[in-house]
Amino acid sequence: MDDLLSEFLTETSESLSTLDVELVKLEQNPNDPDILSNIFRLVHTIKGTCGFLGLPRLEAVAHAGENVLGKIRDGELVVTADAVTLVLESIDTIKYLLGELEQNEAEPDGNDAELIARLNHFADTGEIPGAAPAADAAPAAEEAAAEEVEMTDDEKLQAAFDAAEYDPDFEIPDEPAAAAEPEPEAPAKPTAPPAAAKSQEVAPAKKPAEKAKAEAPRGETKESSVAAQTIRVNVELLENLMTLVSELVLTRNQLLQMVRGKDDSEFTVPLQRLSHITTDLQEGVMKTRMQPIGNAWAKLPRIVRDLALEMNKKIDLQMIGADTELDRQVLELIKDPLTHMVRNSADHGLEDIPGRREAGKPETGTVTLNAYHEGGHIIIEISDDGRGLNLERIKAKAISNGLTTESELEGMADQQIQQFIFKAGFSTAEKVTSVSGRGVGMDVVRTNIEKIGGTVELKSVEGRGSTFIIKIPLTLAIVSALIVESGGERFAIPQISVLELVRASNNSEHSIERIHDTPVLRLRNRLLPLVTLKRILGLDTSDATDDSLDEEAFIVVAQVGTYSFGIIVDRVFDTEEIVVKPVAPILRDLSLFSGNTILGDGSVIMILDPNGIATRTGEITVGGSQGVEGKAKQDASDRETTSMLVFRAGGNEVRAVPLALVARLEEIDVENIEHSNGRPLVQYRGKLMPLVFIDGNYQMKSEGRQPTLVFQDRERTMGLVVDEIVDIVDDVLNVELTADQDGLVGSAVIDGKATDLIDAGYYLELAFSDWFGTEDSGGEKKRVLLIDDSPFFRNLLTPMLSVAGFNVTAVETAEQAMELKNRGNQFDAIISDIEMPGMNGFEFAEALQDDAEWGDIPIIALSSHTSEEDFERGRQVGFSDYVAKFDRDALVSTLIQTLSSM
Amino acid sequence: MSDKNALVPSQEKGGALELGGDSQDFVTANIGKQLFGIPVLTVQDVLGPQRITRIPLSPPEVAGSLNLRGRIVTAIDVRKRLGLRDKEDDEPGMSIVVDEGGELYSLMVDQVGEVLSVPKKAFEQNPATLDPRWREFSDGIFRLDKKLLVILDVTRLLDFTSSIKQAG
Repeated sequence: MDDLLSEFLTETSESLSTLDVELVKLEQNPNDPDILSNIFRLVHTIKGTCGFLGLPRLEAVAHAGENVLGKIRDGELVVTADAVTLVLESIDTIKYLLGELEQNEAEPDGNDAELIARLNHFADTGEIPGAAPAADAAPAAEEAAAEEVEMTDDEKLQAAFDAAEYDPDFEIPDEPAAAAEPEPEAPAKPTAPPAAAKSQEVAPAKKPAEKAKAEAPRGETKESSVAAQTIRVNVELLENLMTLVSELVLTRNQLLQMVRGKDDSEFTVPLQRLSHITTDLQEGVMKTRMQPIGNAWAKLPRIVRDLALEMNKKIDLQMIGADTELDRQVLELIKDPLTHMVRNSADHGLEDIPGRREAGKPETGTVTLNAYHEGGHIIIEISDDGRGLNLERIKAKAISNGLTTESELEGMADQQIQQFIFKAGFSTAEKVTSVSGRGVGMDVVRTNIEKIGGTVELKSVEGRGSTFIIKIPLTLAIVSALIVESGGERFAIPQISVLELVRASNNSEHSIERIHDTPVLRLRNRLLPLVTLKRILGLDTSDATDDSLDEEAFIVVAQVGTYSFGIIVDRVFDTEEIVVKPVAPILRDLSLFSGNTILGDGSVIMILDPNGIATRTGEITVGGSQGVEGKAKQDASDRETTSMLVFRAGGNEVRAVPLALVARLEEIDVENIEHSNGRPLVQYRGKLMPLVFIDGNYQMKSEGRQPTLVFQDRERTMGLVVDEIVDIVDDVLNVELTADQDGLVGSAVIDGKATDLIDAGYYLELAFSDWFGTEDSGGEKKRVLLIDDSPFFRNLLTPMLSVAGFNVTAVETAEQAMELKNRGNQFDAIISDIEMPGMNGFEFAEALQDDAEWGDIPIIALSSHTSEEDFERGRQVGFSDYVAKFDRDALVSTLIQTLSSM
Repeated sequence: MSDKNALVPSQEKGGALELGGDSQDFVTANIGKQLFGIPVLTVQDVLGPQRITRIPLSPPEVAGSLNLRGRIVTAIDVRKRLGLRDKEDDEPGMSIVVDEGGELYSLMVDQVGEVLSVPKKAFEQNPATLDPRWREFSDGIFRLDKKLLVILDVTRLLDFTSSIKQAG
């Protein structure tokens, strides 16, 4: 049987049994929106999946059922016993159809027009037609009833199988047998047949087999050849092991705490060993639970393909990092949200072919899934290059849904408006398709992800596409947390939501200011809203104003979605690995806590939930524009920021140089400066380092120490003597050129001040002009074409590369480069920026890939994004290498390597 | 990690009163001058004074949580729960740890006494005039020689949902 189909059957039969229960619950509590939306979602999922699998009959029934539920959800219909019966009837039909499907792998003939008509009639009028469904029920209904009996039999069988399988906690396949015949278990043990044998199985056996497949680690079932080396272990056993290991880790931490500070303790050595073993054990057990995320993606290509056919679109689904591993439990929980989001991207995100042509995009739309690890978390990005979110439509919808008012919208940032799509019942799709657009979805996605301590971020540029960024913890069992103290009590804050720590005091650069008693902090030129932990926890017993707080405070900058805020705490301890335990039921409604844990010293500590704090602190709309970093991020997505080292040398004006160009900062004692051939030098790390000054008039101090920026170029170092190092700032570089002065690239506004940008290449040349001549005398200079839209980089790299012995031609755009090509120019290598207006680096590389003249020229990508995935993407379109924008050494060495390998 | 709770044998709550035989066993505890009894089978542990972590924003009856051999136990101030005033002396109290629905709770009392076997025929229903709050938490009264033993219904004592709603 088709893998996809069998998975669908397993999934759907699970959903259906939930549905039965939920529907009956709904009948009892007709007004419970939670139950209702759960039911709705289940039916919606069934319908959606049917559509993809090409099961029109099932889809039609589910669609009609969903219609009724949708009306109920919107309050247009009332839940009555009859209504529930009707919906249950459609569920029964679905069950019957599924049963047939399982046996014959095809939908049975016939149709359910009669049932659908009744459902539609009810949806339209709110009346149950015909009051005697039993009398004129179609054969299908009767069959369904008959089938139900069979189903129950199946279920009994299944239960029996389940019991048989799980009674012993695991079973070890007979090894020699497995080696002898490829499908050893198929005839004897229907509980674990290799995938290939499945289709020959008798029908009742299939279900448990599939179930087992769903529950067992997938790697096993897929590769039957390695089956002999794997054993099937009950997931519950693994969970228990995990719990025990977690406890062991805690106990270990406790022991370590006890001997800490006692160097001569006889326990130190064995304890260290215990500690190592515990860590290894923990890793080992964690690994048993790890699965590649690709498992959750396995059915996406098919879904997208079918969707593309149905919607008449061309969609290219790129999956990057499918082997990124994460905890089984987490995997299960994000599977549905992921599927949903990919569907959304493909359905709503991408335009159809004419639409794309009109927008000047390639006909084939791209949906990219990208997963990677980042500091104990997994980041999953789902991006499309489609139309992006339509702000106007979101606004209109938000108003019509009563979520906000026009005047409120006025004051909202785009980012904040986009967040509305995470609200329940929010869909901007103009028409409801069989795929999506009913407004189930993003709210569920968000809830599911937040349930496991993850966050979803959204970036969207109208006309250019949307990107969802999901950040989830690697595992739910053990998390890293920051321990803080407030009001005499200690609390843990999950590290995932901590961005940074700031210490604020009156006489430091960070001080707490207030706007009508609301504390705020200036952080990198933005205002960060602050909450006082003591206050929101009700631990602030003193009536005193926050004067004390102004003197000195620790601020934990936390991020929830795109919203960041500061939490004022009294003290900050270190971070600790903690095992999250749920709080006692009587404390569950304290939304500020996500759990509790036992620390290494044996004390119990509450784990704060930043989501809860953000919500609790009132006016904050999560994801709002006040979110400092959120705003920053949005900016960053448009324009890259660069770390600049700001210094003063000769005069009061500030100067800057990209930090990445500076190898080290040194202080040189003026007494150690020697002169050779009239030039100042110092002995530095066993070599002579020439010193250069910012200009000819520069006067060094006569005594004391002089700060120096050390630039390094392979073997050579050069020191630029400065007066004072001011700061390091991240800012968007916007260079206004002043070409008339040597040694300056131009000036830019950095950190709010006009700053001269120095040309490091010029000074390098100044220091080494006599060196290069000799070095370059042999051989012909290699020709390099540099493409970068930023004048700053062109001016920075051109001299640098010439200094390194290349003949550089610099152009501004890929289009200009193409012109050069058409004019017949030839180069030995091309260095290209990725993000450029017009044709970007990827497109440029793609265009060159099969080119007759330039096809063989190596292209080196130059970008500030240098993750493994970017690299991979670069490779695919034909870049031969990928270099970080400021990594001069790497650029030069890569160039040399690339050229020599030709 | 609720599966861990399987390690703790589950007991029939409140079943103590229906046990066969002529007598029943209770762990006794003093709060002020009043003697209380808790069915012996529901009791997991008796603890001396413990380091308790406060839980901000929790109901006032929740004193905090503590670590009992690697398990987190929620401490309940029974005095507050029964609407009694805080203790006047500085004597450190004691606690009786009970298992309720797989979770451990530590009931803080002034003093824990002994295990007492009381004859069933000494049982009385709660007097109708008893404070309603006490009536809610008490399963009945046993007449002892010189004292009256109030039997605490642990399940109801720990059911905060109703009282929270009232408070809210």
